[in-house]
Amino acid sequence: MQIPFERLAKLMKNRTIKVDYLARVEGEGSLYVNIKNNKVTDVKFKIFEPPRFFEAFLRGRHFTEAPDITARICGICPVAYQMSSIHAMENICGVKLEGQLRELRRLLYCGEWIESHVLHIYMLHAPDFLGYEDVIQIAGDHPDVVKKALELKKTGNNIVSLLGGREIHPINVRVGGFYKIPTKSQFLLLAEKLKWARDAAIETVKWAASLPFPDFEQDYEFVALQHPDEYPFNEGRLISNKGLNISIDEYENHFVEEHVRHSNALHSVKHQDSVYFVGPLARFNLNFDKLTNTAKELSKEAGIFPSCKNPFKSIIVRSIETLYACEEAIRIIEQFEMPEKSYVEVEPREGTGCGCTEAPRGILFHKYKIDSKGIIQDAKIVPPTSQNQKQIEDDLFALVRKNIHLPKNELTWKCEQAIRNYDPCISCATHFLKLEVVRE
Amino acid sequence: MVKKRKPKLAVWKFASCDGCQLSLLDCEDELLSIVGAIDIANFPEASRAVAKGPYDLSLVEGSITTPHDAERIHKVRRSSKFLVTIGACATSGGIQALKNFKDTKEFTSIVYASPQFIETLNTSTPISNHVRVDFELRGCPVNKYQLIEVINAFLNSRKPNVLPHSVCMDCKRNGITCVMVAKNTPCLGPVTHTGCGALCPSYNRGCFGCYGPKETPNPGSLAEWFTSLGMEHDEIMRSFRGINAYADPFRKVSEAYEK
Repeated sequence: MQIPFERLAKLMKNRTIKVDYLARVEGEGSLYVNIKNNKVTDVKFKIFEPPRFFEAFLRGRHFTEAPDITARICGICPVAYQMSSIHAMENICGVKLEGQLRELRRLLYCGEWIESHVLHIYMLHAPDFLGYEDVIQIAGDHPDVVKKALELKKTGNNIVSLLGGREIHPINVRVGGFYKIPTKSQFLLLAEKLKWARDAAIETVKWAASLPFPDFEQDYEFVALQHPDEYPFNEGRLISNKGLNISIDEYENHFVEEHVRHSNALHSVKHQDSVYFVGPLARFNLNFDKLTNTAKELSKEAGIFPSCKNPFKSIIVRSIETLYACEEAIRIIEQFEMPEKSYVEVEPREGTGCGCTEAPRGILFHKYKIDSKGIIQDAKIVPPTSQNQKQIEDDLFALVRKNIHLPKNELTWKCEQAIRNYDPCISCATHFLKLEVVRE
Repeated sequence: MVKKRKPKLAVWKFASCDGCQLSLLDCEDELLSIVGAIDIANFPEASRAVAKGPYDLSLVEGSITTPHDAERIHKVRRSSKFLVTIGACATSGGIQALKNFKDTKEFTSIVYASPQFIETLNTSTPISNHVRVDFELRGCPVNKYQLIEVINAFLNSRKPNVLPHSVCMDCKRNGITCVMVAKNTPCLGPVTHTGCGALCPSYNRGCFGCYGPKETPNPGSLAEWFTSLGMEHDEIMRSFRGINAYADPFRKVSEAYEK
């Protein structure tokens, strides 16, 4: 049956785009876009992941338990939670790790970045660019690409398993260091795999750069850590391309969390209600000069030098960071010498302190107050996805406005892809995502 | 010859961290063989494509914490031939069951500025409190090789080969020095279900109970041993009140040691 032209025109003018359960993201969320008279009137990126109340039940726990408890916020980036919590605790207790222990923490983070980025690049994001529903369909047509991707992902997991004990919720991280340090020969075996992974990551960058990208750029405020000597993982000052330059202790003076009705995650905004962007794109744009030479050269070849403002190209940036993580891991392993002790003693002392580290998806802020016995009195955790949530809604507004002529299915898919640009981690942010687009 | 229909697998998420379903994607060496043998009919984390039920096997991750989820789990059960819970959240209520010991209203106001927007039940409960469960795979996270074994077993109509003994037994078998005897480090190994391969003791630390209680545990006796190591009551309470806090044997001990 043909739909009369007038009715079709009306349908196009007023539409609702709804995705009740967003796929290929971590956790439960949805999308809702309302279009009236060909104008976008409302965009909601909803998080309906059930609340789990980590900040509440951390109260009364011992400060040494924080890494094992907070790891359970996210199965994809547990290392990030462990790193932010232990750095916060060490800041409170006046301990700063140097030397091999500090390097090994960077190594563990390299593992998580590789595992998480490769999962997102090939399994969650790439199907959007290639028009597949999932990686299994890609494997049907391009089995070699998928096999290589899985092997690369596995190398990241190998780092986390060796140094962390297991891939998901590692057990070897403690406030003050590690419970046990693997031997040099175990690390060297890993280095052999990493050399293969480095080449696979180079191929990934070239492959990602060859994907079709929509022309989409906005004037973003990127926020990331910056360290004087290295691409950031665990330490640095918080900076932005619009003049922010603060120590992590000043975080709360500049960023506030808002609670909106459609979300079980708290939105995070800068004071004066301005939105900001965290994650690989932010890190890359603010820390380009700290990348390895190979990573810099390949970014130039990929056309994202010296900066990249197209969130769809985050897939290239993730592959650049994967390459960086492989090279950094090789460097750390090659200079590794067994430290005398696997940890330094940390005695609790009363106080408040912050930790902020670069999770694969962006800055992860923790703040704790502990008493003289080390019992946690108060905890605050701000995950990257809740910081990006408002930016994602802004992107959707701009994207729908620009692509309003597209048929509903195509527009819906495009919106989903725009959300996946941020690799949102909804389990994290609660404390996800639902896409509905309504055209009235 | 008639081509045999591939069995349909569904993966469902309730309150959880996603780690257990991620374990399936972490089977890098086996993933392509798995998807060759089964039809992944509903797995939103991995695919946009969703096929309608009924499903031959449903893997359920996460605990029940909202009125909506308490309804949804019944729909999942009705559309599934076999239902297997994966992980500590689905099997015992998980880490978020720590709220079961406190007042949820107070908890909501600690985390959220506008508690009236939040819809949540007072408890985080395992799936078996709501519907019939065919098998419970433990762990926080589950062991991916055990996960493959369970999928394999159910799709081939046999019992999963997942042993119920303690972590302690694994240490003895693997020749790992007992951390409790040798270093006075408190360890839940004697009462905790195997599955991790005695990971923590092999990394010089005590087991903290990711896999929940083993069959017929005696956690009360272990708590007395903890006392003899010089642990205070609140420390003993916290050690049992962790990732599987709401599993009955662990809950009873933590309540007994709560001041």
